[in-house]
Amino acid sequence: MKKMRVLSLAMAAAMSASLLAGCGGGTTSQPSAAPSDAGTQASDSGSSTATGAAFKLGGTGPLTGDAAIYGLAAYPGAQIAVDEINAEGGDIQFELRYEDDVNVPETAVNAYNTLKEWGMQISLGSVTSQPGVSTSVLANEDRIFSLTPSASSPDVIAGKDNVYQMCFSDPNQGLASAQYIYDQNLGENIFVIWKNDDVYSSGIYEQFVAEAETLGLNIVGNATFTTDTATDFTVQLNQAQDAGADLIFLPIYYQPASLILSQANQMGYAPTFFGVDGMDGILTVEGFDASLAEGVMLLTPFNADATDEATVNFVTKYQELYGETPNQFAADAYDCVYAYKLALETAGCTPDMSAEEICEAMVATFPTITLNGLTGDGEGITWNDQGEVSKSPKGMIIENGAYVGMD
Amino acid sequence: MKRIRQMKRSTRNSWFTYTLVVAAFAVVQLLRTFQDGGIGAMLEGQLIPICAYVTMAVSLNLVVGISGELSLGHAGFMSLGAFAGSAMAIALQDTVALSPLRLALAMVFGAIVAAVLGFLIGIPVLRLNGDYLAIVTLAFGEIIKSIVTNVYLGVDANGLHFSFLSNSNELADGGAELIRGPMGVMNSQRISTFTAGFILVMIALIVVFNLVNSRSGRAIMAARDNRIAAESVGISVTKYKMMAFVVSAALAGAAGTLYGCSQTTFAATKFDFNTSILILVFVVLGGLGNMWGSVIAATALTILPEALRQFSNYRMLVYAIVLILVMLATNNPTLKQFFSDLFARLGGKRAEKGGAAE
Repeated sequence: MKKMRVLSLAMAAAMSASLLAGCGGGTTSQPSAAPSDAGTQASDSGSSTATGAAFKLGGTGPLTGDAAIYGLAAYPGAQIAVDEINAEGGDIQFELRYEDDVNVPETAVNAYNTLKEWGMQISLGSVTSQPGVSTSVLANEDRIFSLTPSASSPDVIAGKDNVYQMCFSDPNQGLASAQYIYDQNLGENIFVIWKNDDVYSSGIYEQFVAEAETLGLNIVGNATFTTDTATDFTVQLNQAQDAGADLIFLPIYYQPASLILSQANQMGYAPTFFGVDGMDGILTVEGFDASLAEGVMLLTPFNADATDEATVNFVTKYQELYGETPNQFAADAYDCVYAYKLALETAGCTPDMSAEEICEAMVATFPTITLNGLTGDGEGITWNDQGEVSKSPKGMIIENGAYVGMD
Repeated sequence: MKRIRQMKRSTRNSWFTYTLVVAAFAVVQLLRTFQDGGIGAMLEGQLIPICAYVTMAVSLNLVVGISGELSLGHAGFMSLGAFAGSAMAIALQDTVALSPLRLALAMVFGAIVAAVLGFLIGIPVLRLNGDYLAIVTLAFGEIIKSIVTNVYLGVDANGLHFSFLSNSNELADGGAELIRGPMGVMNSQRISTFTAGFILVMIALIVVFNLVNSRSGRAIMAARDNRIAAESVGISVTKYKMMAFVVSAALAGAAGTLYGCSQTTFAATKFDFNTSILILVFVVLGGLGNMWGSVIAATALTILPEALRQFSNYRMLVYAIVLILVMLATNNPTLKQFFSDLFARLGGKRAEKGGAAE
């Protein structure tokens, strides 16, 4: 018995030692497995860490856990932009570091503090809303400028002069969705399934209902779920079916949405599904039959099928490195880095400035710049001094496993 | 030295724990004041959660270790304390200007709310024992979570507004939403401080040690060790179990308030079954009934996942492996024997020295 104990101890020690040896080499300086291969490849040409005179750019996002698809889209998106900029070799160079926050506010605070300890000068905020609310308060207190690619809740920027958003805010999405459904006359009887413990979902829902009332859209009912009940949607779908809904509005993230699609399919219920930007990513869910998503409509600021040079360039590069079609989270993060480049150039900042000096310069500069990015609808992206972005969402429909713009 | 040796084992144990906590606090405070850059932003941000988790572990140890009942719903009491306390703190923002006092009031309120619910839950629960009790506490933890998820509470000039399931509170201008249902609490200020956390840990330890070393404490342990024998000498088992349960709930409530007031935002889903288990892991790792073990285990296991950030995506895997190794190592008879021999030898030497000096 004693021998067994010692043996098991030794085995466990050996296992952990081999594990440490296995991942100690490559990933220590480059967090996250997915972009790390690409990161090291790219750093041969551009080098994201070599120069001492680089702006330290940090961000938190869910790189593991339920919402990982967002973090694992935003991080590579930003990484591509950083590599491009560093390869050009201009005055502005970046050093990018992402930390995992598992989409939990408490962990996000820890991740943010880790980045602060690392010497982060400018921040990409958090990828998702709830952690974003936590980290933006800290960024405001520490005077670190932060531009979040996709934390879309208005709470993230409310009352903070140095926190900006690259995505349109939740209420705007609700507004735009109602407007879009009305304009295109997509459905007679609308049913909403939303997640009531989520800032993102409830923000969109409230605004959607308010706008639908003004427009005279017929909302026949709504049903909610929470993180704990996000595994079975037959009740909600039955409610929708009984209410005679022909369009179901899903202001939720793609993971529960994929379940809803499969379960509706099993029930033989086929209304039109209409989602918002959280739906983006549904085609890459593991174990999900992407054919079920055919005909799903969603609002997103980015169209991977666009034919302009910047988008084609980005999409090709992304596919080459990560083997997936980039979604709007990747595009937003990519734009964030370029927005920083533009603003830093305009303000004449140098990497030896402190985070606080850069922050004040950015607060003064950001409302004045216009960025021509991937997500801007051709008109250029601008910000007001509250940190809100001005851009219009694009309606997309999923056809043959790809997003196609619908107009 | 001699006085220390002559002390009762339990007294020595409690003084060792106090010294440990005070020394840790002093070292951290010194580093924060005098060292350049303090103790680092990462650790700095974790100080208050560590104090909250230590208090949680100590209070759960009272139920699991001393009273011998397996409770799997301890995070529920933390949740109650966090929501009640934070709501109280926000509501008092204008009336009580001094933030430490506001925090203290909020903590007391959080503790009372948790204690009252602990008492109510205890009435049916403590009639059970063993596995049944574990399952029922688990269910209560989930019930508390589900209820808190659906509470909407707001305050304005006209008083408190409460609604359940959906938000129908219409607040007048200048009103504040205290609890926003599933989205939890959004604090306008974070009033918890490390010093407050330290004081809470000390209070928890003093309360627990004094309870354990009192007549009631011995009754609690007697009921744990042999229920029938305890009943036969006239000890009311339910009463004493209830005493431990309510004290534990109150301390957990205060810890919840400390935690809640340190976060910008938190939701009821934070205090789920996983959190209960996490706290149980602290207790088991530290040793059942061993308070300083709980203190160290809670501290170490809170810092560990963050300290492992260099392993990036393998972080939680490495965390699990470390946990397994530590559990195996602390329960290994060879190692245990080795350490007890070592201590005995050291103690023996010390005894010789002490004897020679006299």
